[in-house]
Amino acid sequence: MGIELKMPALSPTMEEGTIAKWLKQEGDSIAAGDIIAEIETDKATMEFEAVDEGTLGKILIAEGTEGVKVGTVIATMAGEGGDASADISRAPAEAGASGGGEPSHEVPAFAGTQQKDEGDGEKAAAPGGAAQLAASAKAARDPEIPAGTAMKTVTVREALRDAMAEEMRADERVFVMGEEVAQYQGAYKVTQGLLDEFGPRRVIDTPITEYGFAGIGTGAAMGGLKPVVEFMTFNFAMQAIDHIVNSAAKTNYMSGGQMRCPVVFRGPNAAASRVGAQHSQNYGPWYASVPGLIVIAPYDAADCKGLLKAAIRSEDPVVFLENELVYGRGFEVPDTGDWVLPIGKARIVREGSDVTIVAYSIAVGLALEAAEELAGEGIEAEVVDLRTLRPLDKQAILTSLAKTNRLIVAEEGWPTCSIASEVMAICMEEGFDHLDAPVLRVTDEDVPLPYAANLEKAALIDTPRIVAAAKKVCYRG
Amino acid sequence: MAKALRSKKSETAPADQFILHSLQQAHEAKRSYHATTEQMLDFYEQMLLIRRFEERAGQLYGLGLIGGFCHLYIGQEAVAVGLQSALKEGLDSVITGYRDHGHMLAYGIDPKVIMAELTGRQAGISKGKGGSMHMFSTSHKFYGGHGIVGAQVALGGGLALAHQYRGDGGLCLAYFGDGAANQGQVYETFNMASLWKLPIVFAIENNQYAMGTSTARSSAETEFYRRGTAFRIPGMDVNGMDVLEVRQAAEIAFRHVREGNGPVLMELNTYRYRGHSMSDPAKYRTREEVQDMREHRDPIEALKKLLIEKGKSEDELKDIDKRIRAAVSQAADFAESSPEPEPSELYTDVLVESY
Repeated sequence: MGIELKMPALSPTMEEGTIAKWLKQEGDSIAAGDIIAEIETDKATMEFEAVDEGTLGKILIAEGTEGVKVGTVIATMAGEGGDASADISRAPAEAGASGGGEPSHEVPAFAGTQQKDEGDGEKAAAPGGAAQLAASAKAARDPEIPAGTAMKTVTVREALRDAMAEEMRADERVFVMGEEVAQYQGAYKVTQGLLDEFGPRRVIDTPITEYGFAGIGTGAAMGGLKPVVEFMTFNFAMQAIDHIVNSAAKTNYMSGGQMRCPVVFRGPNAAASRVGAQHSQNYGPWYASVPGLIVIAPYDAADCKGLLKAAIRSEDPVVFLENELVYGRGFEVPDTGDWVLPIGKARIVREGSDVTIVAYSIAVGLALEAAEELAGEGIEAEVVDLRTLRPLDKQAILTSLAKTNRLIVAEEGWPTCSIASEVMAICMEEGFDHLDAPVLRVTDEDVPLPYAANLEKAALIDTPRIVAAAKKVCYRG
Repeated sequence: MAKALRSKKSETAPADQFILHSLQQAHEAKRSYHATTEQMLDFYEQMLLIRRFEERAGQLYGLGLIGGFCHLYIGQEAVAVGLQSALKEGLDSVITGYRDHGHMLAYGIDPKVIMAELTGRQAGISKGKGGSMHMFSTSHKFYGGHGIVGAQVALGGGLALAHQYRGDGGLCLAYFGDGAANQGQVYETFNMASLWKLPIVFAIENNQYAMGTSTARSSAETEFYRRGTAFRIPGMDVNGMDVLEVRQAAEIAFRHVREGNGPVLMELNTYRYRGHSMSDPAKYRTREEVQDMREHRDPIEALKKLLIEKGKSEDELKDIDKRIRAAVSQAADFAESSPEPEPSELYTDVLVESY
């Protein structure tokens, strides 16, 4: 009886990986728990461990192969007394992977691939979790980029790291602190390489103690340094929100302008994939409601880099909300020495004349995808990426509304007291005369994010919902 | 008085025990600072300024000129004066909680701008936008003035990190009360401060009551100086009603920190004569208890006695008091007559830059 070994998903967001090394050869006998191969994900090199006993049959994907999709059969194995070359297609198999650990703070590594047999094709084809948040639609070129600028493809993860590294090189006061930022190279690998270049004085591993280190970071900013405080995710920043709101945001005002607090709080925000309610929340609206804070939530790599550099340079406290699901996505980034973008400026990522879709962070990709679909039906949507949530670029919203007369907001977050609510209020107060239809919001469902794949899918915003809302405000069925 | 309560572990780790107890032992060996008469006069004057300033603030509150919360420092003067007189001016930083008037005065900040802040005027140190609990003077390296109980401890850890990062040889003095000492972030900060050997002095002003709750009713360990033990932070048990003892203890603690040994935890045992804030009727303690403190433990009276022993006359000391009363009256007049902030101030200082 044969067993298929499939490319395992080694993190909640892994879509593909590289077979770094086969540690067993064809014909080798394997015991449960043996390491069969090393697989490189976008985050780390992981060991691929055998769950069953048997003999390694055929290696189907050669060592060094990149971009192997999760679920791809990479080798076959013969079970006890079986023949490795026998028909293996009907045999359910599970390949384990090492990993796991303390649930609330370690990036979870889920063992095993999904079982799959021939009769289960449809179910297996439907992506679970937050896969629906992935979008491949491309944005228009940023008008901030001068014509003729050389571009290179960089992942969001690398863009963020490059932004920090460049600012650290330029300004001795800039340093990074947080959990696993140094020796571990970042829980999500965003700080990879920084320890090697800047040393432990400027890349500081903290204990798991968000309230404490957020306070220390804020105090260091008050004392004249420029800390970049990484939260492993913004869910954990709830423990530290007192320092973000009460200490960092209000001090300049309370001191009559004497006391600066140029700190950047950054890390992944909003839903990841299958990590449940406590690890899946968009805090954009929370922080955006606080005077004294700058809140930035960019989408693509160029914006991440340009705006993180601006955030570090700013004399004000900044909450910089990233998204784990786009860390591994590549985008074009200007290949210039100093790519810095203005804070507080939205960007038209797609021009259109029929309806405006306002979005930020991961919802920008969905909005672009929706716009492509709408174009197929003769509706030209204009997509506005807010990029900064506070101060909000009202003018960009109102200008687009004046052009299209119809507006919807796409937000990966809860609907109540959301950024969408705020945009709707602005349209009512200052754009009423331009409205040909009520503004609609397309958001997640108003529930804690569930774990089950089908429920998670139902709870999260997706492209069809944006398309439907856009058609509704255009009075198109 | 080193309390001989040690666990098995520390019995097997004499080196740790030495470090954790060494400062207390040094403190017990020499409790009083040998001050010159000049220095003593200076301490006396500073403590008296705090006392008179706070009495006046209490009056202005009663007249409705000061609003909101107003926490007076009366009774605790020896702590701020004893500790801050040992700091290096222009180098070391200070941070505290909401009972901050005394610490600012001990730092030599002009009583006028403090009082004008209390009355919410444009000339106040925060342009009238901070109030009693939120005052700062970056030029004096005084970093507030924080209204959230315990927040200043973690922020102080950050100020200490900045000293260490720059290698400027400075230290941070972070004050907090016996109430704040039960906040979780205090221990998060202890851990990191000790782990990273940050140059910080944690000064617990134990005035015996966390608002209306006595230490015995709120704290499992009321010997606060022992609370750093779990983090290998040496503690010192100091009489906070004696300015010379506080100053001497500060000499020992600050030296230890400046030598790169990491933090020190000082417990300054003191007493506030007034309520927690102006609106506190202080029903949780007896009049006799307060009276007893005033009569037998008052830090200003004690120093006054000492000065007279040193040959200073009653008249000389009365003259000082007169001078201080005049300065405080001036500050109060200034605070009453200064204009309120311009309405446009409402919108300034929210952010530093424009976007």
